[in-house]
Amino acid sequence: MKRLILPVLLSTLLVACGGTGGTQQGGAAVDDRSATTGVATVNASDVSGAGIAALTDPNNILSKRSVYFDFDQFVIRSEFQSQLQAHAGFLAQNPQMRMLVQGNADERGSREYNLALGQKRAEAVKQALVLMGARETQVESVSLGEEKPRCLERTESCYAENRRGDMLYSGEF
Amino acid sequence: MTQFLTSLRTALALLLWALAIPVHAQLSIEITGAGATRFPVAIPLLEREASLPRSITDVVRADLERSGLFSLVDMGLVALPEAAIPDLQGLRQRGADAVLTGSVTPLSDGRHDIRVRLFDTQKGLEIGAIAMRIAPAQSRATAHRIADFIYEKLTGQPGYFSTRIAYVVKSGQRYELQVADADGENPQTALVSREPIISPAWAPDGQRLAYVSFEAKKPIIYVHHLPTGQRQVVANFRGSNSAPAWSPDGQRLAVVLTKDGPSQIYLVNADGSGVRRLMTSSGIDTEPAWSADGQWIYFTSDRGGGAQIYRVPTSGGTAQRVTLEGSYNVTPRPSPDGRSLAFVTRNDRGFQLAIMELASRQTTILTDSVRDESPSFAPNGRMLLYASEIGNRGVLAAVSADRRVSQRLSVQAADVREPAWGPLPRP
Repeated sequence: MKRLILPVLLSTLLVACGGTGGTQQGGAAVDDRSATTGVATVNASDVSGAGIAALTDPNNILSKRSVYFDFDQFVIRSEFQSQLQAHAGFLAQNPQMRMLVQGNADERGSREYNLALGQKRAEAVKQALVLMGARETQVESVSLGEEKPRCLERTESCYAENRRGDMLYSGEF
Repeated sequence: MTQFLTSLRTALALLLWALAIPVHAQLSIEITGAGATRFPVAIPLLEREASLPRSITDVVRADLERSGLFSLVDMGLVALPEAAIPDLQGLRQRGADAVLTGSVTPLSDGRHDIRVRLFDTQKGLEIGAIAMRIAPAQSRATAHRIADFIYEKLTGQPGYFSTRIAYVVKSGQRYELQVADADGENPQTALVSREPIISPAWAPDGQRLAYVSFEAKKPIIYVHHLPTGQRQVVANFRGSNSAPAWSPDGQRLAVVLTKDGPSQIYLVNADGSGVRRLMTSSGIDTEPAWSADGQWIYFTSDRGGGAQIYRVPTSGGTAQRVTLEGSYNVTPRPSPDGRSLAFVTRNDRGFQLAIMELASRQTTILTDSVRDESPSFAPNGRMLLYASEIGNRGVLAAVSADRRVSQRLSVQAADVREPAWGPLPRP
């Protein structure tokens, strides 16, 4: 039953997110992401392996979406290898699924420089997934810099929580 | 009757609420330091100034005072008409080195004729005069123009009182890109979003703002035409799109894209066409800023390990390192005269605004605050606007390039950040 509910939830999310744009695009050469995030077409029968419900099942490793980084670092710590392996496997088995990796940085220093740091982290996650079998075109790495902190206090543990890459699947972004 | 009172009360409440919005959003300015030697000027009332709905000379005085370069000689309620030569010797004895005289004449079409003259009391000479015909609603703009005229005549540099500033106000999860006059008055909201807005940058025409918006869950660069509210996507490539910086001619933008890997600087036409990579490095290149002569792009890079400032010819080529001391120097902003570079440096106190004289590489810390970000020069190069923090709340602050004059601009109960000082208005 769960397998049937989730795609509906995901498409609802997609519709909900679709309204936030409302922008006008002119003559610029743009890479239109909206065409590649068609989660509305995903349904349970298309999803192989772990199944889409696994993505949000707290007992499944696929529900773990965050990778944490050391200060000023972009190297993926060994503790995250199995988690990334699971996501890479899921992406490899479900080529229609897309992933957005959002990189984050702690708040110290320049916003634009922190955006670049977050990008490096997102890219490190993406490269690891690709090395482990995901297709390059399935994963987009972007940065939120210091703009969307998960933890708001000015403590070392909070900063550590904000130095992070998050993996979002189609319909979740 | 009760019903009438209730509806009256509701109407009043609505009215107060409507009035409260602009007050709430208003930037209030507090002068925190002024120049050691200030030029004493007398700005008496204009003849028939009361025929205008709002005072002009109050605004002129506030502008001059805020610059930190002038002190005001109190003239009480005296008005000195434009048509008469004032008692310059007497004014000099009262301590004024310069005096403004002027008259307002209501015209039959509803406009007002305004004429002012500026006198040097030391030399006993008139040093300039301007005249204009304005609608009553233009009295604030007119006052800023008069203050610019006085500033320019007395300092030899153009004033900046008629300029505008852009900044982002965050209240809860609401982000507003606002534009206000340089004195914080007349704030207008250009964009409201539930996602962050960063890095606003003024086009040299003063009509367009480039910025980065996260409304699509990733950073995308837009150019927003302020008079019409129309906006256009300039860069929305795979990955992140950020750090827009206008070329001095307003034709191109330097931007940071990650479509080919790490954050790198690209040049793009103002409509988003003609993207080309400026240079190739293995690490982060970001925060591009053009020199006023258009010859150089200053930027932040971690190519040498930590974050440092470099510059590269606009035509491409070899980058030169600019900051040599310290472990973290970011956000380069070349001065309008090309002689110095403002930036943010990290030292044992925190993140502070600094200025480097490029010829000697001598660096001065400009502030006492420790969370400075996003500096931008006034068009005449004398003042710098930047983001800082007081009690965990974002505020804007301004400091003179010689460190003597400082001010704080804050909005009550909201975080203000990402300021950008706009260009001189086109005549």
